[in-house]
Amino acid sequence: MRTFKIGGVHPKEYKLSAGKKTQITLLPQQAIIPLVHYLGAPSTAVVTKGDMVKVGQLIGQANGFVSANVHASVSGKVAKIDDAIDASGYKRPAVFIDVDGDDWLETIDRSSEVKREIIFTSSEIIKKIADAGIVGLGGATFPTHVKLTPPKDKKAEVLVINAVECEPYLTCDHQLMLEKGEEILVGVSILMKAINVNRAVIGIENNKKDAIAHLFQLSKTFTGIEVVSLKVQYPQGGEKQLIDAILGRQVPSGAIPIEVGAVVQNVATAFAVYEAVQKNKPLFERIITITGKSMRVQGNFWVRVGMPLANVVEQAGGMPEDTGKIVAGGPMMGRSLSTLEVAVAKGTAGVLFIPTLESTRKKMQNCMRCAKCVSACPMGLEPYLLMGQSENEMWTEMERNRVMDCIECGCCAYTCPSNRPLLDHVRYGKTTVAGIIQKRR
Amino acid sequence: MNLIIISLLTLVIVGAASAIILFFVSKKFEIVEDPRIDEVENALPAANCGGCGFPGCRGFAIACVKADTLDKLICTVGGTPTMEKVAAILGKNAVAAVPTIAVVRCGGTCDLRPRTNQYDGVSSCIIEHNLYGGETACTWGCLGLGDCVISCKFDAIFINPETLLPEVDEDKCTSCGACVKACPKLIIELRKKGPKSRRIYVNCINKDKGAVNKKACSVACIGCSKCEKECDFDAITIGANLAFIDSNKCTLCRKCVVVCPTSAIVEINFPTKKAKMETVAESVKNN
Repeated sequence: MRTFKIGGVHPKEYKLSAGKKTQITLLPQQAIIPLVHYLGAPSTAVVTKGDMVKVGQLIGQANGFVSANVHASVSGKVAKIDDAIDASGYKRPAVFIDVDGDDWLETIDRSSEVKREIIFTSSEIIKKIADAGIVGLGGATFPTHVKLTPPKDKKAEVLVINAVECEPYLTCDHQLMLEKGEEILVGVSILMKAINVNRAVIGIENNKKDAIAHLFQLSKTFTGIEVVSLKVQYPQGGEKQLIDAILGRQVPSGAIPIEVGAVVQNVATAFAVYEAVQKNKPLFERIITITGKSMRVQGNFWVRVGMPLANVVEQAGGMPEDTGKIVAGGPMMGRSLSTLEVAVAKGTAGVLFIPTLESTRKKMQNCMRCAKCVSACPMGLEPYLLMGQSENEMWTEMERNRVMDCIECGCCAYTCPSNRPLLDHVRYGKTTVAGIIQKRR
Repeated sequence: MNLIIISLLTLVIVGAASAIILFFVSKKFEIVEDPRIDEVENALPAANCGGCGFPGCRGFAIACVKADTLDKLICTVGGTPTMEKVAAILGKNAVAAVPTIAVVRCGGTCDLRPRTNQYDGVSSCIIEHNLYGGETACTWGCLGLGDCVISCKFDAIFINPETLLPEVDEDKCTSCGACVKACPKLIIELRKKGPKSRRIYVNCINKDKGAVNKKACSVACIGCSKCEKECDFDAITIGANLAFIDSNKCTLCRKCVVVCPTSAIVEINFPTKKAKMETVAESVKNN
């Protein structure tokens, strides 16, 4: 079975919410829509206090090239434009809307019929994606229209669709594939047209056999789309690892996938592209997984961007009694939240409740040079060395030791038998070295 | 016998030749250094803290000898007495050093700024700052993990275990600035200290709106401007919901401390105010 060649770990999968049909959530009383969704400049609000907005209406304009539009996910009156706490614990600008009914823009096609014919040209497609504010829904939330516009000297050969969902506990992409398979494949065809390729490969981890079978059947009615099953290994869904597994190509250090002719998109992004191009629906809702061992029932829910997580969790059954940590995302790369007042962002894939006993970190001990972290690193780095250099502020050496190649997957900290917080130090090193590189330019 | 004499003589000749060659080589490649550099270096406190901005005390000594005037050169550890000694050696005028001290501008103790969550990660301020907004609702406040304590070479700063805020030991602080650089939240500032080490400053750097940060911490500065209006010396400016006292203009009159509604402005080393008893004569005069 295909897989990436270097490193990786295999944490227990705990797909407790697998196969649970998606549920619709009721709208909140107030939506807090973040204007900072992605890497890049925050978008500028184009509405003011007191404006009435409809679902799908533009409320935030992209600021510069690497930036995305923001749309209203609810209808009602704009209460204020103020700072709101987000998953990082810091306050960022957001638009507060008092919800009134569920009034959608007339231009959005709400019918459930699957539209397969693609009538737009490549540049029209990219423009529609940009207007709809589509960002990578795999978590990094990079603006999709930027990824689909590679530099002139680089040519795309293959579209790789990331339907791996390698993080334990999360099942939102899995459920999307089971419920909206045909729409996803139309979305993949649209993306293929956008970057002018005639080959697309969808990679799915082998623990989702029903999704693999379903998409494989559907792909027979489409041209150029292949479905490949991959070994269950973390981080199979890292884009460089995925390209290695599916295409056998290595992306050089410091380069991005287009260097080897590949463009990688998450499967949920492909679905959002379908909705944007065929149904004129901007990105304002998505599926998230609410899960955890101590929860009575785990599930997958359709939520609107801007819904406070407290509201979603209440509808999902409430926070379990035995909760030590609340994580936005998966247990490997997710962010631990300091409050449930945080709103759903475009990149939120799930909320995980971790029981108290599993939440506390074990005591850190000395590095015993066992090199388990080196074996586990999927990028071929030396985490024990990078941590030591970070503690001693040796920034030049860290850059030379390729710290900027780190994908922050957490495999190193996961395997360390001495419970050393390797990733925390490497992350700090990355931030500092990035600043140094920026100043050099 | 002959052999012994020949070997001895050979050694003596080789030794003498080496000595002569070394003598001439050392003269040719001698580095002439201004002898004053050594003298100045001996007058310095030998702390090698870098507070002057130069690499070690010798670096400072070289800079002093090379400079035209000693205006911009101050040894914060030695202060005025040391600079006067240096000036005497070099025949220049010493500038009276403005005495400064490190000031920690955060009043958010455990009681006044409640925790909303618990941090379980690496015990380092700069790493916690890089990870998320902190354990309290104020994302500007001190994290209490002691990066400043580790950076101080003079044992002049320590974390108070009851308040979990750093405190500066006035006698030991040399104003070298290491803690200022170590703090990721930029809470520590070098401020001018008045007579008897007195100082007044706004004990907060929070730039969020007043209503928001008052909820997070009861002694936050809410940017209400009462202090600015009260100050007769134009020493206070308000910017981004935060008041700032210019220590060069401040006369330590304490009017702003009294007027601040959240007690965000603190005064250090002042005698506690006693209620003045009006004498009969004064009360007659006032009525």
